[in-house]
Amino acid sequence: MDQQPAPGRRNRLVLLLLLLPLVATLVPEFYNFDKPSIGGMPFFYWWQLLWIAGVAVCVGIVYLATRSTR
Amino acid sequence: MIPAFNGLEFGIVLGMFVAVAVLGFVASRWRRGTSLASVEEWGLGGRRFGTVVSWFLIGGDLYTAYTFVAVPALLFGIGAAGFFAVPYTIAVFPLVMFAAARMWSVCHEHGYATAADFVRGRHGSSILALLVAITGIVATMPYIALQLTGIRAVIETMGIGGDWPLWIAFVVLAAYTFTSGLRAPAMVAFVKDILIYVMVLVAVIYIPYKLGGYNVIFHGAQSALAAKGYSTLLSGSQYLGYTTLALGSALALFLYPHAVTGVLASRSRNVVKKNMSLLPAYSLMLGFIALLGYMALAAHVKPVGGTAAKPDTTTIVPVLFNDEFPHWFAGIAFGAIVIGALVPAAIMAIAAANTFARDIYKPYIRPAASDREEGLVSQIVSVILKLGAVAVIVSLKLTFALEFQLIGGVIVIQILPSVVLGLYTRWYHRWALVAGWIAGMGLSVYMLYVTPSATTAHFGNASFALSTWGLHTKMTIWTGIVGVVANLVVATALTPLLARLPRGNDETKPGDFGEAEAPPIPFGPGPVVGQT
Repeated sequence: MDQQPAPGRRNRLVLLLLLLPLVATLVPEFYNFDKPSIGGMPFFYWWQLLWIAGVAVCVGIVYLATRSTR
Repeated sequence: MIPAFNGLEFGIVLGMFVAVAVLGFVASRWRRGTSLASVEEWGLGGRRFGTVVSWFLIGGDLYTAYTFVAVPALLFGIGAAGFFAVPYTIAVFPLVMFAAARMWSVCHEHGYATAADFVRGRHGSSILALLVAITGIVATMPYIALQLTGIRAVIETMGIGGDWPLWIAFVVLAAYTFTSGLRAPAMVAFVKDILIYVMVLVAVIYIPYKLGGYNVIFHGAQSALAAKGYSTLLSGSQYLGYTTLALGSALALFLYPHAVTGVLASRSRNVVKKNMSLLPAYSLMLGFIALLGYMALAAHVKPVGGTAAKPDTTTIVPVLFNDEFPHWFAGIAFGAIVIGALVPAAIMAIAAANTFARDIYKPYIRPAASDREEGLVSQIVSVILKLGAVAVIVSLKLTFALEFQLIGGVIVIQILPSVVLGLYTRWYHRWALVAGWIAGMGLSVYMLYVTPSATTAHFGNASFALSTWGLHTKMTIWTGIVGVVANLVVATALTPLLARLPRGNDETKPGDFGEAEAPPIPFGPGPVVGQT
């Protein structure tokens, strides 16, 4: 029980999740490639489309961790 | 080339338009308070919208007709750089999640209806509030006009000449918005977005199937773009422009009056935050709609309207639908685009009108105005704004409709220091924020002024070529980012220097921002979370 981090600390760390989608989609150096393509769609396109699901998950987790309980 | 008039398509679009207009008038009775005659009820729907309604309202509000028309047109015209709309609508949610929640809490506590209301209460400066109000209204007006380009693109594709359908559409829209207020677009947004989700789902499966798969589409698009000197991938010199455009647009989005209105109409702080993880569903739709631009390239779509030298590329999506779909489905898709323009246009006009009534009319023209009078002013101004938008669009010929909106973004981001920093700190001096706004706005307008386009010498583009300042590079940067950095530097540098001038009165308290729900300080005692 004592080893459990305080809710405050856990909440703080979970905020780092918000950085992931930003870094993944705002730095074209990471994804401006043709290959690997999926079903004819270049990496550039499916990588960014995939991060739409990524941002929903990241923001959703942060919401659950920080929502008000009232 | 004027396409042949198709009675079936026109009949379907007309039928959908009439159905939506009826819905718009009926909406005035929906979850109605005692009276509609106040900004609170007419302009914010009584602040009673739950998760689902807010999702449709904010989604239908932010992902506008420009989504369906201008983003694919951009990919059609310049290739990969046009895809910035996707990282833009990804980055916005993590960036604004907490700021939007704080905004909701403080506005709920004090009855603020606009960003300028908040700025006046927080910084105790009616001049700063006036600047914020004017900035919001000026940035929104071209955005309302932009929605009309979506309708016009459909009308041109259906082979109908003249501007009369635009007038009719907006007069009807103005009439039901006048009577029902924010409830009308909230209700219509349900219909609009369900139609658009269906349309997109069908389009991204059926059109690639007809054209021979995404492989064929991307190859076709690449060869068509290469002929014009563009590509389906970014060139190295486009990276900075792509990143700053996506980041800056994301930072600017929730500063628009209509976005603030959508947030404030929510029932609770949790509704706002939850929607930040649900709204990306719209981004996915936007991503696939953007690819329609490449499908149009691969299908050798010829835009209609405009001139031979500069065709109106905003028509490519309607033309693609007209060419590939059976007429009955093209009619439904056209109807969806038309309705898709009406919802955001209504919310934008309401938001800008609220801002005028609350932050210009009441403080500067009639301080004694009652809530009822304030509401009536807002109703009348919303009508004027919509008809003004038609007049603008009829008198100006627009090709790259999106550039219009980018200039709005450059302007609106200049209120970021006053609004967003104001949500977190009171360190900034009100006059330093005013000076920052002047510096940022001045620099941005100057940069826009010296940027030519292919057809004009000034205000050509919101992407600023760094070579203008003598740098040996082909790189561009989004003008708004440069402006807002100058704004922040000036505001920060002047705050200590102006310490002798009286500070404005702050009517907010730390607890008003929902502090107890924000992440507590690590290691400190902090507020107890999770106990009742």
